[in-house]
Amino acid sequence: MKIYTSIYIKQIILSLTFTLVTHSLWAQEVDSIKVRTAIDTTKTELNMDAVYNRPFLNFKKLPVALGGYLEANSIYSSEDGVSEGLSFQARRLTVFMSASISKRIKFLTEIELEEGGKEIAIEFAALDVIIAPEINFRGGIIMNPIGAFNQNHDGPKWEFVERPDVAVNLLPATWSNPGFGIFGKMHQDNWTLGYEAYLTNGFDGSIIDNEENKTFLPAAKANGERFEESNNGQALITGKIALKNRTIGELGLSYMGGVYNKFEEDGLTLDKKRRVDVFAIDVNTTLKKFDTYIVGEAAFVKVDVPETFTQQYGEKQFGAFIDIVQPILKRNVLNWENATLNLAVRFDYVDWNIGSFNETQTDIGEDLWAITPAISFRPTSQTVFRLNYRFQEQTDILNNPAAKKASWLFGLSTYF
Amino acid sequence: MKSIINICFLAFLILGFLVSCEEGLIDAPQENEILDGPIEGLTTAQQIQFLNGDLAFSDVFTIDEGLGPIFIANQCLSCHPGDGRGSPFVRFTRFGQSDSSGNQFLDLGGPQLQHKAIPGFQPEELPDGAPFADFIAPPVTGLGFLDAVSDADLIALSDPNDSNGDGISGVPHWNSIPDYVSLRPNSVQQNGMYISRFGKKANSYDLLQQTAGAYNQDMGVTSLFEPHDPLTGLEEDPEVSTQVINDVVAYLKTLKEPIPRDQNDPDVIVGKELFTQIQCAVCHIPTLQTGFSPIEAISFKEFHPYTDLLLHDMGAGLDDGYTEGYAETYEWRTPPLWGLGLARDAQGGQLFLMHDGRATSIEEAILLHGGEAEQSKNNFIQLSELEKEQLLKFLESL
Ligand code: HEC
Ligand code: HEC
Repeated sequence: MKIYTSIYIKQIILSLTFTLVTHSLWAQEVDSIKVRTAIDTTKTELNMDAVYNRPFLNFKKLPVALGGYLEANSIYSSEDGVSEGLSFQARRLTVFMSASISKRIKFLTEIELEEGGKEIAIEFAALDVIIAPEINFRGGIIMNPIGAFNQNHDGPKWEFVERPDVAVNLLPATWSNPGFGIFGKMHQDNWTLGYEAYLTNGFDGSIIDNEENKTFLPAAKANGERFEESNNGQALITGKIALKNRTIGELGLSYMGGVYNKFEEDGLTLDKKRRVDVFAIDVNTTLKKFDTYIVGEAAFVKVDVPETFTQQYGEKQFGAFIDIVQPILKRNVLNWENATLNLAVRFDYVDWNIGSFNETQTDIGEDLWAITPAISFRPTSQTVFRLNYRFQEQTDILNNPAAKKASWLFGLSTYF
Repeated sequence: MKSIINICFLAFLILGFLVSCEEGLIDAPQENEILDGPIEGLTTAQQIQFLNGDLAFSDVFTIDEGLGPIFIANQCLSCHPGDGRGSPFVRFTRFGQSDSSGNQFLDLGGPQLQHKAIPGFQPEELPDGAPFADFIAPPVTGLGFLDAVSDADLIALSDPNDSNGDGISGVPHWNSIPDYVSLRPNSVQQNGMYISRFGKKANSYDLLQQTAGAYNQDMGVTSLFEPHDPLTGLEEDPEVSTQVINDVVAYLKTLKEPIPRDQNDPDVIVGKELFTQIQCAVCHIPTLQTGFSPIEAISFKEFHPYTDLLLHDMGAGLDDGYTEGYAETYEWRTPPLWGLGLARDAQGGQLFLMHDGRATSIEEAILLHGGEAEQSKNNFIQLSELEKEQLLKFLESL
């Protein structure tokens, strides 16, 4: 089954690439001018608009737009004195394509090839029907709006090679599922209010039974069957409200929850229904005076783990990150107008198992913190070169002396 | 100005590409600060098997891979973190046997209480009236050396009738063995029984028996060697392959012995002498020799485990009323003391010593000694405060 799906996906990718190539050839031949809608991607409207708010190549007279981004880097790291040496990583190549099918119907898809094509994922493929700015219908494969990073994850938008730990090691970014729902926006003066609400397929038992040996929401990503059918016939509900003030910034509150386990099969009861609930808050703002950009996100996860199962799998989790980005130079460099040099720093924290051992009442470990200072250079807002140093400490479940890890990362990420 | 900026930018790019920075990376800990790692002098083939075994030792069993249905932990490493001592979090109970007539509670889930269950199943509960004892995991370092000590040496160390009159006897555990183990060279037989040496009651003959038993009883994982599911008692297809078990056994055999620290510290030197003077060293024998081993790095070597691998009467205080094989309920195998000073790094910064982790300091562990060790304990109590400190400092240096 899996093989078929992946061949199928590969075919889609191939035809997409083909379309892309022929379109550009054709474009040159007839000397039709392709228009690059240059969007300053560092200033998205709301996080929920991120899927459309990207630089696209538009073709004259064609209602299709294409785009994508690439992320590649080198890494040199060592954990407790053991170094893996220097390696080069082509983390991801993402292609997106949008089409205006009619005046009020839009389609957008985002396809990601990870690690040279080892993993191929349709991260987003949805049809939007615009009823009014306040009410839109969306259906297909959507990105659950939990926190902000999951929807707003394009590499070129960030000054860091690694994605935030809370987003990818606590929350399962990029987390997408088949489903549908509604979204909309309202404006008044300087204020914008956005909302989203979706029903989708969701998690499975692997979140408390996996190789990580800890409650791990991203474990559910490996199960591609969720694109075919729900694991337990119960929908995952995701909802978000975001409020933005043009001068202050954006605040998002989101929730995602549902039954994760297979509690019934062929009418037989296997277990009681067990829920996973996630609450997240995200903020971003630019301090006008210094042009300092601050973005962060925090998430709290609650999972109903059977009492008779092992405490290795925690019931409560928390994680957060914050990025502070300070442009120190904005000017013409090597004839790039408006090139920017930034200093930035990220703080990561994740606790995968909040609580204490039943046996000893002592604190359960399983947490991580990291600090990443960075220098980034943007010749244009759509391309970034970044040099990061990451220092991390991670404890095991018993709170034994932390494993220390340090990495140098140098990479680039660019829209194309 | 503009050219300076351009140069800065180019420098940034070049710096980035050249980053192979040793700067800011983490230094390796000293060999004597960690337990994990192979013994020196292994062949390349042995090192590869060590690596495979290391991976298997930390492999997490998921439900699909055979965990449970009832179990205690899902990974060797969760009970033996960093190859060191385990914590009360994964302490387990064994029950059902009080003398050499065998386990009377086998059909009620004995000998081991699997007190965890995968979703949808119920874990075991201790049956009423069953004798029991709790067990906390020992370290698994240097086991290849202990495995290669000859039976003849163990017999020579034993003194069943206390003929030297020091109040300390010490006996090998003459035990029946499962049919899948292969005898070590020059194995000694007595009335169809062999000397078993691993485990707190020295109830396991070798590392294969200990490993196959751990997969089965600790994780609910069946193998060719131990094919019965702990819940149903029925024979099952192997959930862990024979190759993996062999790799793990090879890993255990080639894990390096803990390396002592601070051996030139004057207090440690005095403490070491006191250790012998007050008879600790009669049971916790500092130096043993290996016999022949197919692993050359282990063959005919001297090593320092601080154990005699024999069973001793430890008195009423440590008699839990439960036993295994032919050991008495009050008998325990002398645990090796090597690596004692690193115990905290595996037990979450605390100490849990003795068979069930009831002692939370080295001093408390010594004070719990009784039976054959009564005199030795009293000698310890009579030491001056300074001498006690020196002895403890020595123990921490191991
Ligand atoms: C649930 C916790 C737990 C798990 C899981 C576990 N062990 Fe153990 N281990 C123990 C305890 C407790 C003992 C002492 C038991 C005894 O005395 O028989 C022990 C003893 C041992 C010994 C004997 C050491 C000695 O000095 O005699 C070895 C070897 C060993 N374990 C290896 C393993 C291997 C290999 C695995 C994985 C296949 C494993 N263990 C999984 C708890 C565990
Ligand atoms: C008669 C033999 C004997 C003598 C003498 C003896 N011990 Fe022990 N020791 C044992 C046994 C057996 C155990 C394990 C008891 C248990 O697990 O409940 C033990 C356990 C220990 C432990 C705990 C180890 C662990 O890993 O949990 C320490 C520490 C220790 N002994 C130190 C000493 C010191 C110091 C002396 C001298 C004052 C001493 N022992 C004398 C037999 C002896």
